[in-house]
Amino acid sequence: MAEISLRGVTKKFGDNEVIHSTDATIADGEFVVIVGPSGCGKSTVLRMIAGLETATTGEIRIGGKRVNEVEPKDRNIAMVFQNYALYPHMTVYENMSYGLRIRRIAPEDIRRRVEHAAGILELAPYLKRKPRELSGGQRQRVAMGRAIVREPAAFLFDEPLSNLDAKLRVQMRLEIQKLHRELRTTSVYVTHDQVEAMTLADRMFVINAGTIEQAGAPIQVYDDPATQFVAGFIGSPAMNFLAGKREGDLVDVGAGVKLPLPEGLRASAPQSLTVGIRPEHLALGKPAGTEFRLKVETIEALGADSLVHALFGGTALVARIDGHVTPAAGEVLSFSVQPRQLYFFDAASGKRLRAPA
Amino acid sequence: MKDSTTALMVENRPVADFIAHAILILGVIVVAFPLWVTFVASTRTFDEIVNVPMALTPGTHLLDNYAQALSHGSEKGSSAPVATMLFNSFVVAVSVAIGKIVISILSAFAIVYFRFRLRQFFFWMIFITLMLPVEVRIIPTYQVASSLHILDSYPGLVLPLIASATATFLFRQFFLTIPDELVEAARIDGAGPMRFFFDVVLPLSRTHIAALFVILFIYGWNQYLWPLLITSSESMYTIVIGIKRMIAGGDATNEWNIIMATAMLALLPPALVVVFMQKWFVKGLVETEK
Repeated sequence: MAEISLRGVTKKFGDNEVIHSTDATIADGEFVVIVGPSGCGKSTVLRMIAGLETATTGEIRIGGKRVNEVEPKDRNIAMVFQNYALYPHMTVYENMSYGLRIRRIAPEDIRRRVEHAAGILELAPYLKRKPRELSGGQRQRVAMGRAIVREPAAFLFDEPLSNLDAKLRVQMRLEIQKLHRELRTTSVYVTHDQVEAMTLADRMFVINAGTIEQAGAPIQVYDDPATQFVAGFIGSPAMNFLAGKREGDLVDVGAGVKLPLPEGLRASAPQSLTVGIRPEHLALGKPAGTEFRLKVETIEALGADSLVHALFGGTALVARIDGHVTPAAGEVLSFSVQPRQLYFFDAASGKRLRAPA
Repeated sequence: MKDSTTALMVENRPVADFIAHAILILGVIVVAFPLWVTFVASTRTFDEIVNVPMALTPGTHLLDNYAQALSHGSEKGSSAPVATMLFNSFVVAVSVAIGKIVISILSAFAIVYFRFRLRQFFFWMIFITLMLPVEVRIIPTYQVASSLHILDSYPGLVLPLIASATATFLFRQFFLTIPDELVEAARIDGAGPMRFFFDVVLPLSRTHIAALFVILFIYGWNQYLWPLLITSSESMYTIVIGIKRMIAGGDATNEWNIIMATAMLALLPPALVVVFMQKWFVKGLVETEK
């Protein structure tokens, strides 16, 4: 178990800086999910922690010890890869014990550890099989078993569920959660899937274009996004954005709708704004708040609820409504939004506008 | 689409079947007939062979002919025993095959997995030698072998044939298909480069090695020009050279029965290697998963 910290870490490939100066701390026993779109540099961060890439500048510490110059095998970490990376010619048992055999651990100790891990992961009946005789989910469990038997200071997961089908992914997500509850090993988990991030993380780092835009508990990031990017990335379906122009204390978002600007923002808000509304905050009917009249385009009925894709002026919006209400395409519906559920962003910088504390 | 083709294939068309079989059988006869004649000739006496027309059924001197070939060779041409030649050929073929595999798998490993200066340059150097067959560089090679005093010896027969761009290239292509994550997993597991080579790369290359062994064994066995140049004493003849030496002059002076027996013996080891390694060939084709 160990704390992992990054201080001023950057990574350049040639002249191209893919990770801008990054500071982050992952506490001992914490499960941190690094989430972001593909190509944002999230895997690079993980690979630098693993030692598979070297940091161009800055310092990486694991358990308080600087590891920049330390080989991956001596960093006391274990990694789980997206494509499992099992040795195809070795049995499950050999795969799980390979790292231990190289470290010259006593054979009876290896047996005990592998059998313990196989027990946790329900792999005991498969120890003599080759990876190709296993399903995708079982293979990923073997990959996790290989990590567990090492009893490392930290687990590093690189999109471990991306190769699995949807149902298996949900199941494995729960297993990883359970595993972490039992082992309490510091874990860093990289994914592009915000649902995995929301469900697994103690804390998540949202990365965009090589910069951590926000770090925090999932629900905190969801409720209180720091930037327009984070607001749009976290939450499914994504937050709706409307371009707005300031008119005194109101924000004109077009189609005759003017939203009141919260008092705290009036002093500092710029002329052009972006207004964010979560699909679940668009309430059908007009109980209170500002009314939006939307023209329904299509409906995705998901059972418990339905997603209404509708036009507001020229902008496409999504609203989440009760699954038993089935408006027809072309129908014009009234929605309302509570003023406190509106998010305001600086249209130029993408930064969230916050009232000075 | 798939269904209709399968249907076509099981469709009963006797005329087409007859023609197809006739062509195939004809092909087999064309290929097999010379072999059959060779075999028949190796079972008859010299006089029976030179009688026109030669009989096409096996004679009664099979054991005599093979025993003479193995122990004394031909009395009229080279009289080196074929047993020695078989042994020499075997040593050359196995050494060439193993040597080529060892050298090329190691150089491919270096080219794929290590970053060193001029890596690309060295790869192209190796690749370009593909364009230079043995015959082109045979005079300088002979000069080198002569300076090293390895003429008329096993090292002289084997060493110049060992470097192989083809096998290096094949292994390189195969290594490139091994996912990078496997290397990274091994690094995290604590395997150094050679440990990774022996524990992961080598076992994964098994089927490729087997397939290459077959090809290279036959390549080594069939070498003609180089052994012809470098061997002068009969005790170093390979069997291919031996056959050539037995054919001394005109038809009447050659012991065709002994020569044919030698030819049959020369044929046997490569055929056996192919037969016994076939299982591995197929495995190499089927086993695609890495």
